[in-house]
Amino acid sequence: MSRRLWIVPLLALALLATSCADSRSHAQAVYMLVDTSGTYSQELDKAQRVVSYLLGTLKSGDSLAVARVKSRSFTEKDIIAKVTLGKDPMQMNNQKRGFADKIGTFKADLKKGSAYTDITGGIIQASEFLNETGAGQKTILIFSDMQEELDYKTVRSFPIDLKGIRIIALNVTKLATDNVDPRRYMGRLEWWEQRARAAGATDWKVVNDLEHLERIFKGRG
Amino acid sequence: MNSWQALMIWPENLLLSLLVLFFAAVPILYGARQAMHSLLHAMFRGISNPLRLLSRWLFKTADTLRERNKLVLLSRGSEEISHSIVKEFDRVTNLVERDLHGYPALQRKLMDEITRIEEEFQKCGEVPPPPPEWTKAVAAIAKIKPSSDGLVERILEDISNSIEEIYEKVTAEYRESSKQRHNILKNFMPFWRSVDRTLKKVDKDLTGMQQSAAKIDEQVEKYKQIHAKSEKAEHSLTSSSTILFVISLLAIMIAAGGAFVNFWLIERPMAAMVGGSEYIVGDIQASYLAAMVIILFETLMGLFLMESLGYTHLFPLNNINNRMRRWLAWISFGILLVLAGVEVALAVMRDMIISADIALKQELAGGAVTAAVTNSWALDIPKAAQMILGFTLPFALAFVAIPLEYLIHSGRTVFGALLVLGIRGLGFAMRFISSMVHQIGKGTEHLYDAVIFLPLIIERAVLNRGPRQAALPPGNSGSVAAFPKHGEHVL
Repeated sequence: MSRRLWIVPLLALALLATSCADSRSHAQAVYMLVDTSGTYSQELDKAQRVVSYLLGTLKSGDSLAVARVKSRSFTEKDIIAKVTLGKDPMQMNNQKRGFADKIGTFKADLKKGSAYTDITGGIIQASEFLNETGAGQKTILIFSDMQEELDYKTVRSFPIDLKGIRIIALNVTKLATDNVDPRRYMGRLEWWEQRARAAGATDWKVVNDLEHLERIFKGRG
Repeated sequence: MNSWQALMIWPENLLLSLLVLFFAAVPILYGARQAMHSLLHAMFRGISNPLRLLSRWLFKTADTLRERNKLVLLSRGSEEISHSIVKEFDRVTNLVERDLHGYPALQRKLMDEITRIEEEFQKCGEVPPPPPEWTKAVAAIAKIKPSSDGLVERILEDISNSIEEIYEKVTAEYRESSKQRHNILKNFMPFWRSVDRTLKKVDKDLTGMQQSAAKIDEQVEKYKQIHAKSEKAEHSLTSSSTILFVISLLAIMIAAGGAFVNFWLIERPMAAMVGGSEYIVGDIQASYLAAMVIILFETLMGLFLMESLGYTHLFPLNNINNRMRRWLAWISFGILLVLAGVEVALAVMRDMIISADIALKQELAGGAVTAAVTNSWALDIPKAAQMILGFTLPFALAFVAIPLEYLIHSGRTVFGALLVLGIRGLGFAMRFISSMVHQIGKGTEHLYDAVIFLPLIIERAVLNRGPRQAALPPGNSGSVAAFPKHGEHVL
């Protein structure tokens, strides 16, 4: 009888593992929009550092995608690289290496910035991608000066849906006009925050100090 | 507020209105005095009596529990001492079988050696040489008076020479004899040493026996005290249980520290195996549970190993025979060994993962991995340390079974005593609150009387003056009812 006792915890654990499996996803999905319009394309070095930081932080099961923002960005073609990290640590490291290589190639190949900046289109594309991943925590990083410029044909003035998604604006540089009147800069950020919150975003944050990238995911819930 | 103002006879004069109301109310209050006292009495008793009842029940329960704890404690103590006495008797039996079993042979050997020594000793006794016959002749010649006769002188000279020769011969013989005796004595030495050794051994064995006997006496004395259910035995057992509990707890905590280290040693490679993004319940990762399962299995196998080796008695394994017990021990040890091997493999895997991570982070940061550093033998030291830790920790965890057993047994006594203390504390609190409520009730009755002091003074004056007071039956007087006897209580 005593010899059978060791089976009891085994069965209990098996039962626990099968019956109490947590259906809630703990995975994280990050979609990074990189502004490649005009003079902002010169900031790509910093964007690459952010991508390296993200690759170092993300764990197995997490997803990452980097897309460029240009004149019209609501398209999958603008996704530079995307990956969902595997379980095997060695495989995961190879995935990360491949991802970093793609970003490096993109940076090297980029010669000229786009004429317009379709941030909204990029955000809609990002929300689609993030919702598809089914991740528990979804984040859109916008590496841009947040100055949206659209051509007359592009329509983006409609409500968007960002429920369950955090928006973080990174490296929001000041434009020459902002220096003349700082209220323009403040007003721009405020407008984007209002738009994000109205769209149902769980959080809105601006991180300009790229020396402390850990602030991106600080206090995530 | 309006209803309150409606009561005012003269709303513009509040004080006067209140005074009038008060004086109007006093006769009513006086009339309702007995009923009000009864009401207050019943109300406060309604609270204090159940509390007192509860307090009494708690004290009684505490006493019952204490008695039960005492029984369990004494029974446990009795069992332990019985085991201890049996063990001591076993030791004595072994001692007797091992050492005193050959005691007759030892005694015979001793006697033989003593006899031999005696015989040899007799041999080496100094035998005085017998007086030679010529000494009589010498004595006769010595009586001859000295004269100038040359013949006599020559005879004497010859005799003297002969005597010297004989003396030398006798001396030589005597020396030879002494030498032989000394040799015999010299040959005694090994016998003496053997006798000395034998006696010392006997002395040692007997001392061991004496010590065991003293221990048995001591244990028997304790057993008697336990059997007599003496307070001293109870206190002694409680005290030793508490000390044992604290020591066991400390040992368990140290083991928990070891398990914690072990957990973090295998968690990361387990995350690679079962998936770091898998969650079981809430925020508990599947890898955490997997690592915990391995550690728990190691502990369980350790428990079975210790149990089957007879170091612990947590499970009723008395009904299985020794062969089965040996099998159980080997199986437990085998599984423990396999798990230790798994941990070694996981430790290596962990090191590989960490190295790969460091290399990746260096690459992402734009640096190149330096070959000199990666090939350094110094980097193998932490890996080896992790492997050794991974292998030894499961076996170290196996020993947790021993303090665990003591913790469980002594925990019964300690928690029992704490429970008794808690129940008694609660009983005291109930009693305290009950007394307080009782006193508040009495105070309220007195306060009521203070409000209607005027009619009460009049009543007393009337009662004291009139002869009717004597006619009133005792206890029927309003004043008597107004002040209930102190200490009057239902329970």
